Amino acid sequence: MARPTAESVRTPGQLLPVHVPAPAAPELADPRASDVDEWGRSERTRQLARTLFAPMYDHWFRVEWEGLEKIPADGGALLVANHAAAIPSDAPVIMHGIETELQRPVYGLADELFKKVPVVGTLWSRAGGVLAHPDNAYRLLRQQQQLVLAFPEGSKGPGKTFDERYQLRRFGRAGFVQIAMRAGVPVVPIAVVGAEESMPMLANLAPLAKALGLPYAPITANMLAFGPLLGPLGALVHLPAKFKLRVLDPVHFDVPPDQPRYSRSKVMDEAESIRQQIQDALYDMLRHRRSVWRG
Amino acid sequence: MGKRVLVTGLGTFWGARVAKALEADPAVDVIVGLDTREPLLELERTEYVKSDENYSILSRIVEATQVDTIVHTFLVVDSTQMRGRSMHEINVIGTMNLFAAATDSSVRTVVVKSSSYIYGCEPGDPVWFTEETPRQNPPKHRVERSLTEVEGYVRDFAVDNPHVAVTMLRFSNVLGPELSTPLSRLLELPVVPSMFGFDPRFQFVHEDDVVRAILFVLDHELAGVFNVAGDGLLPWSEVAGICGKRTLALPPIGQGLYTSALGRLGIDLPPEIVDLLKYGRGLDNGRLKRAGFDYTHTAAGAVEAFIESLRLKRTVGPTAEYQYEREVEDFFRRSPAVVRRPR
Repeated sequence: MARPTAESVRTPGQLLPVHVPAPAAPELADPRASDVDEWGRSERTRQLARTLFAPMYDHWFRVEWEGLEKIPADGGALLVANHAAAIPSDAPVIMHGIETELQRPVYGLADELFKKVPVVGTLWSRAGGVLAHPDNAYRLLRQQQQLVLAFPEGSKGPGKTFDERYQLRRFGRAGFVQIAMRAGVPVVPIAVVGAEESMPMLANLAPLAKALGLPYAPITANMLAFGPLLGPLGALVHLPAKFKLRVLDPVHFDVPPDQPRYSRSKVMDEAESIRQQIQDALYDMLRHRRSVWRG
Repeated sequence: MGKRVLVTGLGTFWGARVAKALEADPAVDVIVGLDTREPLLELERTEYVKSDENYSILSRIVEATQVDTIVHTFLVVDSTQMRGRSMHEINVIGTMNLFAAATDSSVRTVVVKSSSYIYGCEPGDPVWFTEETPRQNPPKHRVERSLTEVEGYVRDFAVDNPHVAVTMLRFSNVLGPELSTPLSRLLELPVVPSMFGFDPRFQFVHEDDVVRAILFVLDHELAGVFNVAGDGLLPWSEVAGICGKRTLALPPIGQGLYTSALGRLGIDLPPEIVDLLKYGRGLDNGRLKRAGFDYTHTAAGAVEAFIESLRLKRTVGPTAEYQYEREVEDFFRRSPAVVRRPR
């Protein structure tokens, strides 16, 4: 398959089925009745999600990619991006974009909070979500050579208010660098512009969040904009901010894989350098952005 | 001189199956089976000894029979079958006495049948547990606490007795024609209970593979901890689907309110099963496979084999059950009237 060019990416084509490599012929009879894989992902559900999300992707967010060819066409890679919006819109945009353009599945790592919520947790898992556990990430990257998407800021990214937009939070404890080193795969940084404005958080009701056991309890602009029209559902609708994504050069680590541990300071340095690259790219993109809505 | 084997839990499905398989092995000279209950299978040369549930007579038996191998299958992981105290007596005190008797004795090999319940089941768990994956939180349920204590004794024994090869097998959810477990009983219901909004992935191991795994580690003298589980993870809804049944969604909160009511109707949903129905659990079976073990069933295959045998049983009824009679067994084993063929 030809690598997608920046040209083909700007005019997103029709949805193609994502190619999933067939497992080696099993010797044992395995009377499976569904296509749910070990991670809970169902390619049929994923296909349905892409079909439903395509109009949103093309006409609402009008997503534009830059440097998509830097994402490896095969082999494992850990994609890391900045995280924003009270209900993060960046994860579906990144997963949809890469899956349709590269025809490769993307597994999105997320907090265990998802798993605890009935219905949502199951749908999320069928649509390619995986609990962010080091063992899960390692197995996906090392043994299955998949693309894995992680947001090292965690819930601190979407949990920031609008006045702090595009200010990257701390990259956790740099666990993502350690996993990529152990798995022997590159980290591909992605800078996302647009998500912040798609659901800006005006205020965070911290005591309510604490009472509910949530990372944050937002008052969003969307509630005020769509609330009068749609009622409570308005809180779930994103604003039509223009999305621009820039894929940065993959970061390869000069260390052997599968070591029991890696130098703490090297791990932290690499994480900080990746954070800085994304931050710089964001500032550069924002400098050239004329309008939040038109890009 | 051949092996001399002591099997605990001869009255359980596992103990009897293992003893029966060992009888066919000419390298095994003596098989002694211990249990509070009589064996469920017809055994040819296994000697059954009735004991109390925590094996207080064990050291005398080990001393008298000079066994070199102990297969400890008598660990209760089905918390619906007995009260907490009896489970503690059997699992913890029984294992403690077993190891007390095995210390500084003729024993050189110990195989313990543990369970995947030791790993717990929580939303923050990885999809696959390897033998080394630590628990993130302390054990939550009775059966988990009990197994944790048992495995602690096993580890202590292994450290204190470096000359003994100690093997611990952690089995996934077992399904098969003969065995009844909390999960198999759920799958036998006309509609299969599930937790509303949850459809976790389950893993199963066929009962034949359980017996084969125990014999495999005995044969190959493998020491260490091994997960035993069929390949693959499948959603609970698919498990029900393979069984040709629909699921019935139960509220995912307030289980305490309705599980006791369901229990009165004969539908047992112990808390460790409720957790499983929400988060599932997968065991990485790579270590035992790398040691050379071949499974006969995948996880989905085990479900299918289970439901096929259930359909057969529903149609033709259970096969004739064996009833242990001491006099009859004694006659076959000891009477001069019986012509014993040399093995």
